[in-house]
Order: sequence, then structure tokens, then C-alpha cells
Amino acid sequence: MRLQISTRLAIFATLELTAREGIQLSVGEIGEKYGVSAHHLAKVMHVMCRAGLVRSVRGAGGGYQFSGNPRRITLLDVAQLFEDLSSAEPNSGAAATPEDQALREVLHEVDDMANATLGSITIATMRKLVDRHGAGGTRRAKAVRSA
Amino acid sequence: MATATKARANKADGEVSVRRVQAGDLPQVIGLDTRVTKLAKNEYWVDVFKRYGRQRLHERFFLVAENRVDRRVLGFIVGEIRAWEFGSTPCGWVFALSVDPDIRLQNVGTALLDAISAEFKRAGVSKMRTMVARDAQLPMLFFRSEGMMAGPYLQLEKDLD
Repeated sequence: MRLQISTRLAIFATLELTAREGIQLSVGEIGEKYGVSAHHLAKVMHVMCRAGLVRSVRGAGGGYQFSGNPRRITLLDVAQLFEDLSSAEPNSGAAATPEDQALREVLHEVDDMANATLGSITIATMRKLVDRHGAGGTRRAKAVRSA
Repeated sequence: MATATKARANKADGEVSVRRVQAGDLPQVIGLDTRVTKLAKNEYWVDVFKRYGRQRLHERFFLVAENRVDRRVLGFIVGEIRAWEFGSTPCGWVFALSVDPDIRLQNVGTALLDAISAEFKRAGVSKMRTMVARDAQLPMLFFRSEGMMAGPYLQLEKDLD
């Protein structure tokens, strides 16, 4: 499964904003770490703001703060803001052949499993995974750029 | 295994200890399971107690978390070491875990899982498995938060009509 760059940025930004309680970062700070433009990241943060996952803090030293519960918000909650996670095979409108139906059933199973996996990893769990991997900024930045 | 497993949870209102189940715990275990699943299974739990609380204790673990002050059962976990099923080398399987809904998010589940993990390790296995319904969000989030990842097996099923 491949995630769009916006999704990956949203997940990484969320991880940055939950690294310490009450932490507040600007798009410039996050963007610099992952080697992406503040402009691109601002669009991503805007979507997350509208979804209530982050809030923007205005004024000097302003930036973004995570406003969800890291133990309840999952990767699926973030990903579905940017991805179409519905069934992979759109209905063509024509009468489906048995082959179409069989393939759709298999792909539906794949989608179900992908969504279940994303839906089972909270931001807090993801942070533990990051810690376990001892992720450094360089490695993560490469991951975004290579997406 | 005769020694009680001890673990602590940072529960707000007192210490929690984890130990082997005793016959006297059974009504509380059944009560908790009934409350959580909305399905009374008395005979099942009596049978589980006989098999996992009395027999082959070197490879079967039925543990309860209790409040040290009032001796109330706050949760339980049941598992065993299984070998060679589906071609798997010996590993620990957790097949039941329940925590009083009123004290969730206070690390009682973690204490239970830590305790059974320690038992599995002591018994010589280095892998622990469980199975969770994809839509069972709470247990799924819990096991994931404890570092459990998807394993190498796919569960398959078929309607027998």
C-alpha cells in the first residue's frame, strides 16, 4: 500500500506534535525537518485543522498544536483525510462479470485488511514504534522524499 | 508453576497485584466477563478454570489482577503455550483478556499482559500471539499499544452451508 505524500506528511507532523505534551511547532520547523516546503505543509495542516486534529496558535511563537487524544486517534483517522480508502475497484456501471465480482471480492479483502491495520495503530502506538526504531530526522526525511 | 506472578499497575486508587486464579475468584471472573460481553457463560468458565487453573500449570496460565486492598478482581488473562499447530514452533497464546470497564486506561491490562509474558518467557518461549476481531477496536488498540504486530499467519474461514 502506498500513501500519498500529504498523508505521510500529516502523519509525520502529527508525530512531531505529539512528541512532547503541549508542544507547538510552525510549519517551517516541521517542513525543515522533513525537507518539504512550508507551503505544502501548510495545506496539509489546514486540512487537519478543519478535521479538529490540530489547532493553530496565532501570534509570536505561534504554530500548531495537536488537539486530539493520541491514544484514540488512529492512522486511519489521519489517512482518510487525504486518501480515498474506499474499495479499490470503482463500479464501472456495466453489468459485472463473475470475474469482475471475484476480483472485487479479493480486492475488498485487501482494502479491509489495510484499513483495519491503519485503524488499529493510534498516534501514541506509532510514537512507541518510532522510539523502537530510534528514528532519526535524516531517515524520516528520506522516507518522505522518496515517497 | 506454584509461584504467584506479581506485577504492579499504576492504578490511581491502590496497588494491583497479579496472581494465579483461585476457585474463589471464579464468580468474579464470570461476573466481569458477563458484564463485558453481555453473555453469561458459567459452564465455559468453570471448564476453563479446571483446565487452565488446575492442570498443566507449567504451560497454562490463568491469572487475575486484584485490588490488594479489597481483594476485588479487576481483570483476568488466560493463555497457554501451544506447539506445532499450523507448523508453528512453541509460542504463548493469549485467548482471553478482560478488565473491569470502570478502571480501564489504568494499566491493569498492561500488568496482566506483562505478567503472562513473564510466565511465557520463564517457560521458554520467546513469542506471544493472540487473535482479535478486526472491528474490536478497544482490544485491538490495546494489543497494538503493547507492541503487538500482525503475525505471519492469516486466519481463514468459510461458511458451512
